[in-house]
Amino acid sequence: MSDYKIIDHSFDIVVVGGGGSGLRSALAMKEAGFEVACVTKIFPTRSHTIAAQGGIGAALGNMEEDKWQWHMYDTVKGSDWLGDQDAIEFMCRKAPEAVYELEHYGVPFTRNSEGKIYQRPFGGHTKNFGEGIVQRACAAADLTGHAILHALYQQCLKHKVHFFVEYFALDLIMNEEGDCVGVMALCMEDGTLHRFHSKNVVLATGGGGRCYFSSTLAHTCTGDGYGLADRAGVPLQDMEFVQFHPTGLYGPGCLITEACRGEGGYFTNSLGEKFMEKYAPTVKDLASRDVCSRALTIEIREGRGVGKNKDHIHLHLEHLDGKMLHEKLPGIMETAKIFANVDLTQEPCPVIPTAHYNMGGIPTNRFGQVVRPKGNDKEAVVPGLMAVGETACVSIHGANRLGSNSLLDLVVFGKATGEKAKELYLDQPKKSLPKNSEASSIARLDALRNSKGKSTVAEVRLAMQKIMQADASVFREKSTLTSGIEKLDKVAKSIDTISLQDNSLIWNYGLIEALELDNLMTTARSIIYSALNREESRGAHSREDFPERDDAKWLTHSLAYGASKNEPVKLDVRPVHTWTLTDEVQYIEPKKRVY
Amino acid sequence: MVEFALPKNSVVLKGQYFKATEGAKNIRIFDIYRFNPEDGKNPRLDTFEIDMDACGPMILDVLMKIKDEIDTTLVFRRSCREGICGSCAFNINGKNVLACTKKIVDYKGRIKIYPLPHRPVIKDLVVDLSTPYAQYEAVKPWLMSETPVEKNKERLQSPEERAKLDGAWECILCFCCSTSCPSYWWNGERGYLGPAALLQSYRWIEDSRDEEAGERLAELDDHHRLFSCHTIMNCSDVCPKGLNPGKAIAELKKKIVLRQ
Repeated sequence: MSDYKIIDHSFDIVVVGGGGSGLRSALAMKEAGFEVACVTKIFPTRSHTIAAQGGIGAALGNMEEDKWQWHMYDTVKGSDWLGDQDAIEFMCRKAPEAVYELEHYGVPFTRNSEGKIYQRPFGGHTKNFGEGIVQRACAAADLTGHAILHALYQQCLKHKVHFFVEYFALDLIMNEEGDCVGVMALCMEDGTLHRFHSKNVVLATGGGGRCYFSSTLAHTCTGDGYGLADRAGVPLQDMEFVQFHPTGLYGPGCLITEACRGEGGYFTNSLGEKFMEKYAPTVKDLASRDVCSRALTIEIREGRGVGKNKDHIHLHLEHLDGKMLHEKLPGIMETAKIFANVDLTQEPCPVIPTAHYNMGGIPTNRFGQVVRPKGNDKEAVVPGLMAVGETACVSIHGANRLGSNSLLDLVVFGKATGEKAKELYLDQPKKSLPKNSEASSIARLDALRNSKGKSTVAEVRLAMQKIMQADASVFREKSTLTSGIEKLDKVAKSIDTISLQDNSLIWNYGLIEALELDNLMTTARSIIYSALNREESRGAHSREDFPERDDAKWLTHSLAYGASKNEPVKLDVRPVHTWTLTDEVQYIEPKKRVY
Repeated sequence: MVEFALPKNSVVLKGQYFKATEGAKNIRIFDIYRFNPEDGKNPRLDTFEIDMDACGPMILDVLMKIKDEIDTTLVFRRSCREGICGSCAFNINGKNVLACTKKIVDYKGRIKIYPLPHRPVIKDLVVDLSTPYAQYEAVKPWLMSETPVEKNKERLQSPEERAKLDGAWECILCFCCSTSCPSYWWNGERGYLGPAALLQSYRWIEDSRDEEAGERLAELDDHHRLFSCHTIMNCSDVCPKGLNPGKAIAELKKKIVLRQ
């Protein structure tokens, strides 16, 4: 193993991930006065924040009256009461400021006739605590993620964040006390190993939706943060909650934004019925995503799907003004044309619920500090480690995320990491690196690289994806989850017998894919074990054998430990925060969730 | 003496031939550029017979199929697979495209997949993009404004002012444009910024909120930086997002002439 060259770096802060949350965090860290490195496996503007389409939620009130308290209520209700209300209050209060900041950075928001930021309706966003739809999603056409991601990258260039592009993070470096003191990474271009010594590491690696066969997500959404955290002994929280977006394009799975329905689109089944009226009488097609995805799945299951195999649903936009579609939804028009050969001004779009977002992730408090319960202290933090964005679970999304709250999550909490780090670490020295801090990473890398087994990365990945798609999808039940776990555990073991044709260290994408697969497997196992454990239906987690929400037993976060190991995942719970941040708003008591 | 032939080590040699699985009825042939920086050999062109009945419709699907099932050593960048991240830009049958949005049926006969032209090749289809990235950074692609902003308020911008940015802000930095430009091939390392960076500069000059248009134009007013563009228009021809960097460059030239 002597052929690994190690290069040492020292930075105050290392951000792992160059998407929206990583860039916003890096920027906040620079503003706080730190030297910041951003380690990212792909060039920042290629990150999946780019794919956020419809908007970023904030009660600006540019189109009509709106209040952050209404936004908070919608987010709590959307989360099916699993979200922590102190954190949700924090996010919704800070939302307008965060969006104005983006505007000041130069984000090219679409404008209303007064020249203010244009806002559109979105699923689950209502006025006056559920009374009707409100226009809250601040939009840059239907490319809001593109607009924000590019602006954040540009600000990071301006503020001289030190980028390490196409570096793959291998492992967190933890000292004997369990504090995080840095991270090991592999430079994909020349195969050198890099040891980053830091006061604080921020994980901003996005989600792991590629553990499903059909996904709206980029190939690079491989749950790397979940793998890094789990291998360092940090739990993963609420992983059973996976959002299925009601409108993935039938076939390739590309995202068709909720803004389509925000701008007036609607669903029909094979009978031509606008069936959402049955499932959500008040807001109909703009019900939250879990509700719509279940509705679509039921329609298909009961034989009212469209198409030759009656296996998808139609989304209609052709009744809307063509000029408006070109102006407000240009990206979707292009995607539908290229991938489904459909002209949305003339014909309906074929859609199907598709894996889209991990509500769960690395538990953090509202400052972004990673939480690792210790004995009775369920709020104990890991010194030196933060997490932001989809990879984190603050939890503001609870059991179901509202559309437009993910972009908001990353800017609000990305910024919060900077403020907290300033208070904690600005005048502190770095803690020392443990001896042989590189050894375990090199051993893992070396084993994978020289593995000469029977199966390929693609075979193992496909087997995992098929199991997750069949057994941990929109609807779940004990028997299929149990057999899913059995099958998945077997597949997970086969990672040890993967064969790589190429053992070079220079741009060895086979090796990177093997490392990604390892992280995806951690994601998948934590999801399916947590899903079997939670015997109730809440938000995106629908158990056919437990169709009701059970607040007495399950108004609690679930924790999963050791999903990266070849042994059963260990499960635990952690209380939901049933209090608010200030006295200006009262705790919203759980009630039946109807749209 | 001027050397008109390619240097010996860059002549592309014939590579391996991978036959389709037996029984395949709907075969298309793909020639793919391969280069391994570690074996000391010349680049080569490997040929793959692909059964289209067992492959997705896009060029990227072919590359993924090869990587997953036929030759796992093939290296290329990819991420979003829906034409928005700009990772999978290659030169296919002589034209720069995004592999994920380009349909196989749009091509007749054999399909040749090469890396983006005139960039140093790192391995197979992966090229070094550090120069175009640096050029992007050089145009200061961020809002410059001296006027203080109110913390809890947006700057106003009319829909008409905002509309001027359409066609400029959507660039995904795939660099299909710059690497298709003959002038960029010659002058890219000598100071010509290339269409991608110039489109970005135009995006900020046109933004009603930006107050440094004069400064930005002054920096572009140079024999190479802007004026190495000879209106060849390959950039606008290839842009996979349908943008028109050539027009943006013409507008920049016009603005510079008008201010003199």
